[in-house]
Amino acid sequence: MKELPNPDEFLSKIDHKPSPTGWMDTPVEIRRGIACHAAKPDRLEYVGFPNPRDWSCFDEDWQLPENWQEILHKGFKERLDRFRSVKIFMDICVRCGACADKCHFFIGSGDPKNMPVVRAELLRSVYRNDFTTAGKILGLFGKKAKKAYGARELTLDVLKEWWYYFFQCTECRRCSVFCPYGIDTAEITIFGRELLNLIGLNIDWVAAPVAFCYRTGNHLGIQPHAYKDMMDFFTDEIEEVCGIRVKPHFMKKKADILFITPSGDVFADPGTFTCMGYMMLFHFLQEKYGLEITWSTYASEGGNFGFFTSHEMMKRLNAKMYAEAKRLGVKWILGGECGHMWRVVHQYMDTMNGPADFLEEPVNPITGTKFENARSTKMVHICEFVADLIKHGKLDLDPSRNDHLKVTFHDSCNPARGMGLLEEPRYVIKNVCNHFYEMPANTIREQTFCCGSGAGLNAGENMELRMQGALPRLNAVKYVHEKHGVNMLSCVCAIDRAAFPTALEYWLPEVDNCGVHELVANALILPGEKKRTVDLRNEPLPGMEDEDDE
Amino acid sequence: MSLNNLLAQRKTAIIKNWFTLAVETYPPDTASFLKKQKDPFANPVGRTVSLGLEGLFNELLKEMDYEIITSFLDPIIRIRAIQNFSPAHAVSFIFLLKKVIRENIKKEALEEQLFNELLLFESKIDQLVMIAFNLYMQCKEKIYDLKANEMRNSTYKAFKRAGLVRDWPVDEPDIKPNINE
Repeated sequence: MKELPNPDEFLSKIDHKPSPTGWMDTPVEIRRGIACHAAKPDRLEYVGFPNPRDWSCFDEDWQLPENWQEILHKGFKERLDRFRSVKIFMDICVRCGACADKCHFFIGSGDPKNMPVVRAELLRSVYRNDFTTAGKILGLFGKKAKKAYGARELTLDVLKEWWYYFFQCTECRRCSVFCPYGIDTAEITIFGRELLNLIGLNIDWVAAPVAFCYRTGNHLGIQPHAYKDMMDFFTDEIEEVCGIRVKPHFMKKKADILFITPSGDVFADPGTFTCMGYMMLFHFLQEKYGLEITWSTYASEGGNFGFFTSHEMMKRLNAKMYAEAKRLGVKWILGGECGHMWRVVHQYMDTMNGPADFLEEPVNPITGTKFENARSTKMVHICEFVADLIKHGKLDLDPSRNDHLKVTFHDSCNPARGMGLLEEPRYVIKNVCNHFYEMPANTIREQTFCCGSGAGLNAGENMELRMQGALPRLNAVKYVHEKHGVNMLSCVCAIDRAAFPTALEYWLPEVDNCGVHELVANALILPGEKKRTVDLRNEPLPGMEDEDDE
Repeated sequence: MSLNNLLAQRKTAIIKNWFTLAVETYPPDTASFLKKQKDPFANPVGRTVSLGLEGLFNELLKEMDYEIITSFLDPIIRIRAIQNFSPAHAVSFIFLLKKVIRENIKKEALEEQLFNELLLFESKIDQLVMIAFNLYMQCKEKIYDLKANEMRNSTYKAFKRAGLVRDWPVDEPDIKPNINE
């Protein structure tokens, strides 16, 4: 929050209406609660990124390299040549406004610069000035002519505006669903952030996970023994719940499948319960069908914050997935519940770090189903895999063990819009739960609203921004909560599971959050298990209490 | 005619004007979106403000039940507390009702000597502002609480459950340093 005005200042501003100036004439005001902390220098140094230094967005001087304008101009030009999509997106927007009111940050904040069209105009205005013939000619007639064309120079204020607003976009792509030209504003943000990184303007909540991941393999910097310790603990917990001691494989050579999931599942509640769910599922498949699925403490992160930094950084962090699959000699890769990991896998991994010709085209050895959609990447989403098992009657399930839950499903942006995973999670949930309710049609599937904390914005200092972003999603959850008594918001993304508990506490504390495979494991009957009286969270199952306790 | 009856009669127009002024506390492009979009899921802010103001006005005409007022006021304040408003501007939309009412019943107030009643009614509006300020602070405190405890609630709690971090054991043997040596 900015400083309070003194009484004189305040009285001069007593008019309740804000100034009616257009976006280009409204100067950027960087606010606490919205902006994130700047990247610390050691993060940038570790991955060899330019201009590492201690700085803050609230400082007047951002300690930029002297020739920062030249660097950005050159970077802009290079990328226009490299990315045909960006070049087209710069040229074809007719400013029809179809995207304007579709962004969760605009809806939640009411800040017009969060309209996707304006966010793109931040870059486009400089593009028109620097790279179009019309912009150059009109420039000769002065600022007014230039402005009428929507062009402006890249000044320090413009740069600060870029930084502020490109870190108020979660790259969720909801706006692109409504664009008649198919402009993908997420790519505009990706492009904008990549430029900012050329002069050392990242946020710490992105830069730190990137450096940790590059060093240790996962975003939290958790070392292999701690990863194993945590899994050992889950093994004890699972035994307490169902009396079965599961034996997860680690880096097992020649296992059938390598499993990669976001580290958030292993280290943060409530993702930990989803992690226990995976472990129970893999145990079931090994006991019943002899299928060997291995974990890796090296490929210990499915998420990829490099994606929020630059294409090159994304590639560097992604490389370990195929490298580990090759080293272990598995047949194919199974991926856990993650959001942006799936956009990276589905749209980039094959051409970035492939071809994965050392892996087989994924086939479910239990059902014989060929996952043709994963023919090139060789990586299958766990919801596709489990939906296939359920469809063929290969899992033993008791959905009544989820009867205490009234569940709705949040389509995580990247699996939904980035890879079209819409039916599989629903199919799985409907087979493991008896009470499932959809949110309104314009808030789910392709039109799903973002959790408000993706693309590296799940920091603490920007909490007001995150609450703005979560508003439209949780408004829809509130509707099904009031109408059907929904008390559990399920999802297939680790960032969601990190973001929702906090956002729910602010907007709708009566509803809890879980991953889909927590629900699967609640229902899954393991061979030889004891009678379950509690769910994975160790909370009593109503009507299934232990007779001795009654 | 009493002021209450007059206000009840003009309710629709007053609420509409109040809504217009309230959403015009946002920048012009946003205000026009908040007014036009009627889908409650595409425009949760507009919808919440519209429902809330109607409920609040109805309650101002009645007994001013605290629970009912809070149920309509909290959703609006909860939104404005996290938007780009100063604390004063976050609650200022309530004062705008005074302006709407004064403009709407100016003639009758003069003709029928309603000023005493109007003063009383405006005091009720002041009460609303005070409730709003309490709610605003509760929302802000919640935000600060979330900022402080989020990491603790997710990662630290998971680590603690796993025994990777430990509290001081309760049954630790009482070892006293031997100060004579």
